Formats: sequence, C-alpha cells, structure tokens
Amino acid sequence: MNIKKILPQLLTLLVVILIFGFFSYNAQVNMENRGITFGYGFLSQESSFDVQFSLIEFDGSHSYFRAYLVGLLNTILVSVIGIIFATIIGVVVGIARLSNNYLINRTAGVYVEFFRNIPLLLQIFFWYFAALRALPLPQDTEPMFGVFFLTIKGFFVPAFIWNNLDIFIYSIIAAIISIIFIRIYARKKQENEGIQTPVLSISIGLLIILPLLSFLFGGVDASVEVPVIKQLSQSGFTYEGGIKLPPELISLALALSLYTATFIAECVRAGVQGVSKGQKEAAASIGLTPNQVLKLVVMPQALRIIIPPTTNQYLNLTKNSSLAAAIAYPDLVLVFAGTALMQTGRAIEIVSITMLTYLSLSISISIFMNWYNKKIAIKEK
Amino acid sequence: MFKYLKQLTSLVAMVAVLFTFTTETMAAKKSKTLKNTQKKGFVRCGVSQGLPGFSNADAAGNWTGVDVDVCRAVAAAVLGDANKVKFTPLSAKERFTALTSNEIDILSRNTTWTLSRDADIGLTFVGVNFYDGQGFMVRKNSGYSSVNDFKNGISACTNLGTTTELNMRDFFNSKGISYEPVTFEKADEVVAAYDAGRCDTYTTDKSGLAAQRIKLSSPDDHIVLPETISKEPLGPVVRQGDSVWEDIVRWSLNTMIEAEEYGVTSGNADSMKTSDNPAVKRLVGAEGELGAALGLDNDWSLRIIKQVGNYGESYKRNIADTGILPDRGPNELWTKGGILYVPPAR
Repeated sequence: MNIKKILPQLLTLLVVILIFGFFSYNAQVNMENRGITFGYGFLSQESSFDVQFSLIEFDGSHSYFRAYLVGLLNTILVSVIGIIFATIIGVVVGIARLSNNYLINRTAGVYVEFFRNIPLLLQIFFWYFAALRALPLPQDTEPMFGVFFLTIKGFFVPAFIWNNLDIFIYSIIAAIISIIFIRIYARKKQENEGIQTPVLSISIGLLIILPLLSFLFGGVDASVEVPVIKQLSQSGFTYEGGIKLPPELISLALALSLYTATFIAECVRAGVQGVSKGQKEAAASIGLTPNQVLKLVVMPQALRIIIPPTTNQYLNLTKNSSLAAAIAYPDLVLVFAGTALMQTGRAIEIVSITMLTYLSLSISISIFMNWYNKKIAIKEK
Repeated sequence: MFKYLKQLTSLVAMVAVLFTFTTETMAAKKSKTLKNTQKKGFVRCGVSQGLPGFSNADAAGNWTGVDVDVCRAVAAAVLGDANKVKFTPLSAKERFTALTSNEIDILSRNTTWTLSRDADIGLTFVGVNFYDGQGFMVRKNSGYSSVNDFKNGISACTNLGTTTELNMRDFFNSKGISYEPVTFEKADEVVAAYDAGRCDTYTTDKSGLAAQRIKLSSPDDHIVLPETISKEPLGPVVRQGDSVWEDIVRWSLNTMIEAEEYGVTSGNADSMKTSDNPAVKRLVGAEGELGAALGLDNDWSLRIIKQVGNYGESYKRNIADTGILPDRGPNELWTKGGILYVPPAR
C-alpha cells in the first residue's frame, strides 16, 4: 500500500472523529453546567399520559418504552397504508397518462401537476380540516351498508370477534404454502412440456376453500360486532364497539398517498416509455396478444426502470408521515419526540432514538426494494 | 529553522487568544447572560404562538400580554428601554429546548412550575405571574353543567407536551371514565378541531380557555365548566446556572407586584420619589442601593414602573379590558383577598 494513498484517508477520519468528539464533549459540558443528567433509564419509567389510538394496549401506567412502540407502530401503519394506496393510484395514473384517450390522458396530467406542486403540510391540513368540515356528527350519520359509520369522530367499522383464530390463520398459511408449491410445479411443467396451468384460479380457489374448511371442521367461529351509537350529552354522541379509525389517520393516509402517487405515476410513465418501441413491435410480430405484450415483454423491462426511483418515493412517504404531529395523529414524532420528550425533558436521548428509528425504517425499506430490484433484474444465462 | 517560525508564531497567537477567552469568561462569570444582553442591546424572550392576554402579536407585530410585560420589565431594568425585546414565538414542545440551548434568555410563556421541570431539565422558575388551574370548555347545548356529567367515550382536545395531558389522565382515571385524548402541537389547531366538533370538550388552563374562546366561530355557544382540576402556577423561567440573571428576572416581576401593593403606577411614579413611605421611596430608587445588588443602576425599578406599569395596570390592560377574565380571582393582591404576595424589596 502506498502511504500517499492512506494518509489523506487517515487524516479525514481523524478530523471526523475530532468533530464528533468536540460536539459530544461540548454537549456534555453544557449539560453538566445546567445540571442535566444523561441516560436512557427513563424508558422504563411510567409514562402517565394516554394516547388516542394505538395498535397495542397502552395507557399511562405503561412505560415510555411502550409509548415509543405505540408511536412506532402507528408510523408504520400509516406508512404501509400510504405506500399501498400511493402505489395503486400511482400505477393507474401513470398508465392513464400514456393513454391515447385525450380526456383520460389530460385528467391524469392535471392531477399530477396539481398535487405534486402543493406543499404536503398544506395538503394534510386541507384534507384534515376539509374532512372535519364535511363529515357529519355521529347522530347525523347515514350508515353505509348498515354497519359502517363515517363521522367527524372517526370511521367506525364492525369488528370480528373470533373463536379459535389460530386455526383460521394456520389454514391461510397452509393455503399460501401450497400455492407456492403449485407455482413452482406449474413453471417446471411449462418449461418441460410447454403446458400452461391455470395457476391464478387454483390459487384463489385454495385461498377460499382452506379457510372455509376451517370454519366447517376446525371449530373456527366469528361473530360481528357492529358499532352502536351512544349518547354522551344532550348534543354529543359517539359510537361504541367495533373498530374506530380516527379521522386523523384517514386524512393523513389520504394526503400522503395522493401526494406520493403523483411521483410514482411519473416513475411508471418514465418506465413504460423507457422500453423501446421495437420491443413491443417485435413481441406483436411473433403473435403475442396486447395483454401478453404488456405482461411478458413491456412490464418486466419497465419495472427495472420503475423500482429504484419508486423506492425513493416509499422512503419519502415514510419520512413525510412525521408531519402527523400537526393534525394529532399519534405517530412516533407526536407520541415519543413530542409528549414523551416534553414530560421527561430528555431531548438528546429521545431525538437520537427517533433519528435512529427513522434511519432503520428507511434502511429496511431500502434493503427490501433492492432485493426486489435484484430479483427482477436481467439474469444473464 | 525560519521555515517553522511562521507556524510557531501563529500557534503562540492561538494559545494567547485561548487564554484571553478563558480569563474573560472567568471575569464575566458573574452573569454571562446579563453581559450578553447588554452587548446585544436586546432581551431575548420566548413567548407563546398567540395567546390573547398573555402573549399575542397584533397585525403590526407588536407583542402584548402579561407574559410579554415580564420581558419588557427586564428590558427596562437592564437596558433602559422596555421595547428592546426580541420575541421568539415557541410551541409548548420547543420552549424548554430553546431556553437550555441558549436561543432565548427568558421563557415567559404561560409555563407551569413543577418540581420535575424545575429540578430535572436545567431550568429555574423565578416566580409566579399568574395563578391558574386546568378547566374544561364544552358546548352550551350539551347540557353539561359539571365535570361529573362526563361519560365514557368522551373525546378531549388539548395541546401536546403540556401538564394538561398529565392532569387530564389523572382526572379521568380518578373518575373511572374512559376518554379519547386528541393532542395537537399548536393551539390554533386545537381550537379549530374543537370548533368543528371533533371533540366534546377542550381542556387547558382556564385562562387559556377564556382567551381561546374568543377565537371560536360563535364564542357564546360555549361555556367553561366551574371545576378546576389542577394547580397551574404560571411564571417566567430562566436557565439554571446564572443566579444573577435569575435574580434580575425575579425582582423585575416582584417590582411590578410590589408597585401595585404600594399604589405606585406608571402615572405617579415620578412624584412618589418624595413619598413619606421609605418602602415606596426604595421602590422608585429614591432611597437605598438596591440596584447595585443586582449589578444595575438605581433607577432600574423606576423604569419598570414608568415604562411597563405595575402588575395591576398590566392585568387590566391585557386581561381585564380585553374581556378575557375581568375578575382577577386569585391573581389579586394578598391585601385584597388574592394570593399575590411577594417578598419585600429591601
């Protein structure tokens, strides 16, 4: 090794270490001067505040660590919902932009230009307060299908109450495993004998029949709990029973997916347009139907262009979900970097944990998408 | 040899500079904040993002309120001009970090004095400028006349990162009522959500309820329930570790309250110099050397009274005349049945 090559690297490393050292030393001295102690022990203390919506059981008697989990799960929940809807809307709009129909094409174009050019925070406020203004009070709500109640206090949906839920879940897992085996078998059969198996209909059939069998023979039983209106005061009502989705979650998921979908739509459009015309013409000339052209020739190539920039959009959506604090959706920032930080005053500890958490979330999404990208990349044989 | 001379000189110069810094900080250790404030020419004051009566900016950007007046009093005492204040609007969540990280020098933002805040996170509370308590606002047509009418499933809107969140839990828990807390970062969003019907009740300090009620679309359709569920002594806060600055802020506030007690107002302060009462004469700087004890001149308290007024004037101007809380309640002098009682300035 050449010393001329190593020396600059070492010096850079030294400078970085010195900078970090300076800042942590500085923080330590300042905190000592103001009588602030440092430590993560507070995580096991009783949190003594409540949260309006959580996926796991939580109240003030639980620890700050559990409050952190509540916030984290809520962040993941809204991100997953947002990613699913953003992808669906994005793909539809992206393909619509390529349509030969002028109206569809223009509508998609206007949607993209409109939603991606307005700051996200404004859109979140718009959807939240628009929802609050537009939604009826609980007592004025017209039920949808008799069991869904969309009100200003939230979207109340029926809940299932299960007996032997585990057997039901096993039956679904069994169905999924058998589908995987059938797919492998079908592919081999096609490669060896050239015969296509109707995999899709078999899969759907399995997914319906196996869980149904668990109902008939496995002792699985589900009853539905429908929300019931409850009077709180002379003018105030709410619903009891069932599952409640707060309006904050609905409007945040809506704003995030509508905003991110515009970027995904552009990725999809670019991806499809990136496949050269000759490919489609060649596919058509060997007698593939338009559907097969899209499925077997265009999409596999387009996906390779679409995936990497779409990964970025998924990361953005996850990070943007931290704007939740503005409209009272109890995500990681509101619960942990908000209330918990305020009650404990442990700014450095809590902000560092929050930063690490977002970093890990982003890296996990990134790793998964990279894996998927590699899987669909051209495999040279 | 000469090759290194240049580097050597600069090294010596650097060490010399470092030493000057150290000696300077040691000399100024008495009050770094006071020195910095005098150098900058303004007091850096953290206030709310808009709470009428306490700290609120008008369309022209002029701040008014009883919390604002505390910072103005300090500016009058330290810099001689009550207008030399730079106000930084802060959310409940940001306020303590802004103070401990040196962004502001006084936090005067309807902040509740509690043990953990005082002892645990590098803050020092210097006094109380408003005695408050948490209450509930509800719609008139709800028929609620007391917190005892609350039922399971009630939703309550409030601010994030306040003692309110904790009191609310204690309260509903002790009553055995299940509730839905809806917490926003900014007060304006709390008001908007409550106004739209998202929540059945809006809970915060009663002064805050009275002030925010004005912002509702039809204030007369809402009432504040009579019960108070907590003690909320609100007061200015400074960083821990600068006891001289702490004393200046404390006694600026005390001066305003004591001035009301002795009947010294912004109008009659100058004429009080010839008063027969030595306590009054000390208050307007005509007797004693009280300013020197704080590192200030002797007219510091006279300037506070003349430029900002006494506590009663401040309360009347900001809270009573604006219709927020015409009745002073506990925030009346101890001599008139309230609990405002400050140590003597002597």
